[in-house]
Amino acid sequence: MKVLVPVKRVIDYNVKVRVKADNTGVELANVKMAMNPFDEIAVEEALRLKESGGADEVVAVSIGPTQNQETIRTALAMGADRGIHIEAPHEIEPLAVAKLLKEVVAREEPGLVFVGKQAIDDDCNQTGQMLAALLGWAQGTFVSGIEIKGDSAAVIREVDGGLEHLEIRMPAVVTVDLRLNEPRYASLPNIMKAKKKPLDSMSAADLGVDIAPRLTITRVEEPPAREAGIKVCDVAELVDKLKNEAKVI
Amino acid sequence: MSILILADHDDGQLAPATLNTVTAATQIGGDIHILVAGDSGGEVAKSAAAIAGVSKVLTADDAALAHGIAENVAPLMQSMASSYTHLMAPATTTGKNIMPRVAALLDVMQVSDIIKVESADSFQRPIYAGNAIATVTSNEAIKVVTVRSTAFEAAAAEGGSAAIESASGSADVGLSNYVKSELSSSERPELTSAPIVISGGRGMQDGANFAMLEKVADKLGAAVGASRAAVDAGFVPNDYQVGQTGKVVAPDLYVAVGISGAIQHLAGMKDSKVIVAINKDEEAPIFQVADFGLVADLFDAVPELETTLG
Ligand SMILES: Cc1cc2nc3c(=O)[nH]c(=O)nc-3n(C[C@H](O)[C@H](O)[C@H](O)COP(=O)(O)OP(=O)(O)OC[C@H]3O[C@@H](n4cnc5c(N)ncnc54)[C@H](O)[C@@H]3O)c2cc1C
Ligand SMILES: Nc1ncnc2c1ncn2[C@@H]1O[C@H](COP(=O)(O)O)[C@@H](O)[C@H]1O
Repeated sequence: MKVLVPVKRVIDYNVKVRVKADNTGVELANVKMAMNPFDEIAVEEALRLKESGGADEVVAVSIGPTQNQETIRTALAMGADRGIHIEAPHEIEPLAVAKLLKEVVAREEPGLVFVGKQAIDDDCNQTGQMLAALLGWAQGTFVSGIEIKGDSAAVIREVDGGLEHLEIRMPAVVTVDLRLNEPRYASLPNIMKAKKKPLDSMSAADLGVDIAPRLTITRVEEPPAREAGIKVCDVAELVDKLKNEAKVI
Repeated sequence: MSILILADHDDGQLAPATLNTVTAATQIGGDIHILVAGDSGGEVAKSAAAIAGVSKVLTADDAALAHGIAENVAPLMQSMASSYTHLMAPATTTGKNIMPRVAALLDVMQVSDIIKVESADSFQRPIYAGNAIATVTSNEAIKVVTVRSTAFEAAAAEGGSAAIESASGSADVGLSNYVKSELSSSERPELTSAPIVISGGRGMQDGANFAMLEKVADKLGAAVGASRAAVDAGFVPNDYQVGQTGKVVAPDLYVAVGISGAIQHLAGMKDSKVIVAINKDEEAPIFQVADFGLVADLFDAVPELETTLG
């Protein structure tokens, strides 16, 4: 079985994001970029599946500007076998991403697609569910445990009330949550090796997909700032403030 | 304009987040209908029909629709969509699971997790863990929208008298089967709607120490939450996680204990009315958002807090 892993290039999660002065977006110039943390978990899970004999090839795909090839190289350095880069603008929407991925699935015929549950830049949490819909496949979302059993998979989902167990038919789209695994770091020799691994590049037009945006972002602004608070000396003062000043207890 | 809201429920009770979604729909305006898809035998529909501002409740009762199986619920919503300008759901794990599937079936782009209605086609939503707020306009004929419940008041649960009709269609598409749930049971209020939340982080050191927070929570009628680090370390279950990728809370009072204040955590609690931080490191970033900061060892401060509360 082949496993496809879409990986997104996003602003590194440690970076303090700044809104552009003209309110058209956030500052991307000279900002540290990295693989979306959920996608690292997705790559890791695919590699573990391969290492345990459950998969024979792991293909990483990224959609975006040429620099996204770096993100694919990161996946290759972690251990993915092959990469596919689809040239597109950075701001591409989840629906368009899902349509492109559907075309990649049609060509590659993977048995499983591991997607991040959420990209930490747009915080959309849509792509995996959309891809599953377009393919008519089962979806396991927010997954923290998975076991493949022939033509089905037992998945554990993190839901608002706790955990939910589902049996989903394969092939399937699985969106991974934080506690599925602890992703590995790429070693230096593997980073070197990754440079020689195959990486195909194509455009959205090559795949015949219309990626024109459906939403318009009219303004991006800073959230309202909180006023600076005070330090209290001890518990007694804290309780007094909460009772008599803030009146919340 | 007419709006269809997918009710969030567990086949027994309507989830409170549905009420906040009704308020968001009211701000858009028009006729508001609620779809109760599941296997609940009418109880949930009755609660939905009582919500103020709702004019019709559509029920689809079928074992295949129980537990919000997305593969089965999404085609049902798709089949109903042409009568509506907006399809909405709370941004709970149920709404997040089902609605993008509906949107893709309709070939429309979803607007996730809105915090403000600007107009019928324009909404505000947080991006980058809430470090920026985007105003987004949708040009789609049918707008598919999920709603952050903490950003909208709850609609009155009583006072409405909507007609209840059954919605036909939809069977089991045979892709997913529900097996079982492991739900955390708690006598305390539900995290996302509790008026007071007390959360613990890595500083709690282990799960047993959360008993200290629970004692305080019981005195205050509070819910207990946690940082990702505390959940990852196994101190408490996953559904305690507050943050960018966990739950968003905005109580009257949020008490962060042994939590450093990473942006991903702040994303889930910085809209709380009053924030208290207890941390032994006076440089901890959590103090930058705290109204009242106490620099102290939590193992001294929390028990003292409990006794002081009497
Ligand atoms: C993709 C992604 C998503 C994430 N999503 C979330 C999310 O949804 N929610 C979330 O919370 N995090 C999330 N995180 C993790 C986040 O970046 C932080 O790692 C996490 O919030 C840290 O948790 P913490 O504050 O409990 O632990 P730490 O950062 O280790 O802080 C522990 C604090 O406890 C204090 N302390 C220790 N001992 C004591 C004591 N005896 N008395 C008083 N204070 C003490 C320390 O001074 C310190 O400030 C996410 C990260 C990533 C990459
Ligand atoms: N441009 C992209 N390239 C590759 N994968 C993507 C892209 N956008 C989204 N994804 C995948 O979809 C997941 C969810 O993204 P989102 O729906 O934007 O929150 C990500 O974690 C990735 O796995």
